[in-house]
Amino acid sequence: MSSNDIPKEKFLISRQLDGAFSSLYRTLGFIGRFFKEAIRPPYEFNEIIRQCYDVGYKSLALICLTAFITGLVFTKQSRPSLAEFGATSWLPSLVAIAIIKALAPLVTALICAGKVGSNIGAELGSMKVSEQIEAMEVSATNPFKFLVVSRILATTFMIPILVFFFGGIGLYGSYVDVHMNENTSFILFFEAAFEKISFADIYVSIIKAVVFGFTIGTVGCVQGYKASQGTVGVGRAANAAVVVSMFLIFIEEIIIVQIANAIRAI
Amino acid sequence: MEQQTNPNPNEPVISLRGVTKTFGTNQVLCGVDLDVMKGQNVVVLGRSGTGKSVLIKIISGMLMADSGTVRVLGQDIASLTDRQLRALRLKIGFSFQSSALYDSMTVKENLEFPLVRNKRHLTRKEIRSATLEVLDAVGLSQTLNQLPSELSGGQRKRIGIARTLILQPEIMLYDEPTAGLDPITSTEINGLIRQVQEQFNTSAIIITHDLACAKSTGDKIAILLDGKFYRQGTFNEVFNDKDERIQGFYDYNFMQ
Repeated sequence: MSSNDIPKEKFLISRQLDGAFSSLYRTLGFIGRFFKEAIRPPYEFNEIIRQCYDVGYKSLALICLTAFITGLVFTKQSRPSLAEFGATSWLPSLVAIAIIKALAPLVTALICAGKVGSNIGAELGSMKVSEQIEAMEVSATNPFKFLVVSRILATTFMIPILVFFFGGIGLYGSYVDVHMNENTSFILFFEAAFEKISFADIYVSIIKAVVFGFTIGTVGCVQGYKASQGTVGVGRAANAAVVVSMFLIFIEEIIIVQIANAIRAI
Repeated sequence: MEQQTNPNPNEPVISLRGVTKTFGTNQVLCGVDLDVMKGQNVVVLGRSGTGKSVLIKIISGMLMADSGTVRVLGQDIASLTDRQLRALRLKIGFSFQSSALYDSMTVKENLEFPLVRNKRHLTRKEIRSATLEVLDAVGLSQTLNQLPSELSGGQRKRIGIARTLILQPEIMLYDEPTAGLDPITSTEINGLIRQVQEQFNTSAIIITHDLACAKSTGDKIAILLDGKFYRQGTFNEVFNDKDERIQGFYDYNFMQ
């Protein structure tokens, strides 16, 4: 069969598949290089700390505000349904399960994908198209280690910490509503909240947070590092950093929950 | 600032033999030969898209040639490990067309960056003194605490050159040093390139399509056409040639 006999659409599918596989191959290569560079000294401690400050501290206010409102609103919305069964005393444990097992890692990751991921994509993309990354390379600095490793480590370390803040502040938001309605004490609320939470739940949330953090950092860096075509490319990199991160976060959430449930069932 | 010395002055500091480079189906360099001697400024002239920038990226090890040999300061670029390549790059200054200043850093931080990263034994006082020295050499001492966005195009070029000089390179690679600058600023940059050559005893490759820049900065001119050096020699030797393609290039530049 000559190439003329093959319908045009088949070429299109083949090209798209080729593109997808070569993109996957490049991304895996990028991740492999990250581990290689992260292990090998010298370590960029100062840059890692600076990035941790940017990722963690600068996102803290937004995370805390979102967490407080989420906890408060979730409790308010859940109360009428539980009140129908006279089960408002279950509110603390219901909210704790929702926040600690699902909302804290997921919402924190989605906020950080938007705030931190887009920032990383745009910053590295802008450095790439204005030759700043090449300038670093020719001045004998390893730009991958300096720019990429530090950012991925920062998101991987800081997002779990932000998840803790989200969990704590979210539960406090819930407590405020419960206290206003049922006059429950702080200690009683938290005793009831953690009654149904095991260490395994917390471990799973931490694992999720680490995976999400790594994903946000990696996707932002991959998109920024491959940016081209001037300012259009920078915009695309920032946009793709958010969209791809969010997509992967949802997929990872499903996979981790399935694995965790399967392990518990054993 | 301490000046560098070449162990063997008769050996070229840059030597290219049969260098080829292809991107996809587009062969950009088709067997390039070039020697740059110690203290010599070589201007590579050519139209846009003829592979001039690719050539200096190959010399600095940012791109690898498909075939041929590239020797810089006696070392074959293709055979170097990452660590050796980084050590060699400390001796090569690269001035980018866009200046490539780190826009989140002040001029001072931009200049200090290569030193802080590569000369970790230096004290803060020594770093500050080296920074002021190179800033003074490019005539921009007053811009120390400014951000790149607050500088003019010419000032950005000068700071870009200062940032490369701070590591005391033996070789300078200038990518379109006068592109996008007005004639007066271009003349100042040309003067600066000559001043760097004399003051820091550097060898240089200057990529340009600006004949005024070529004439005032080049000891040797090499014209890149169809992926090869079509002519090499002094400015007068090359442009006294009645060859149609050379004259076409000359006329086009002066008509501009």
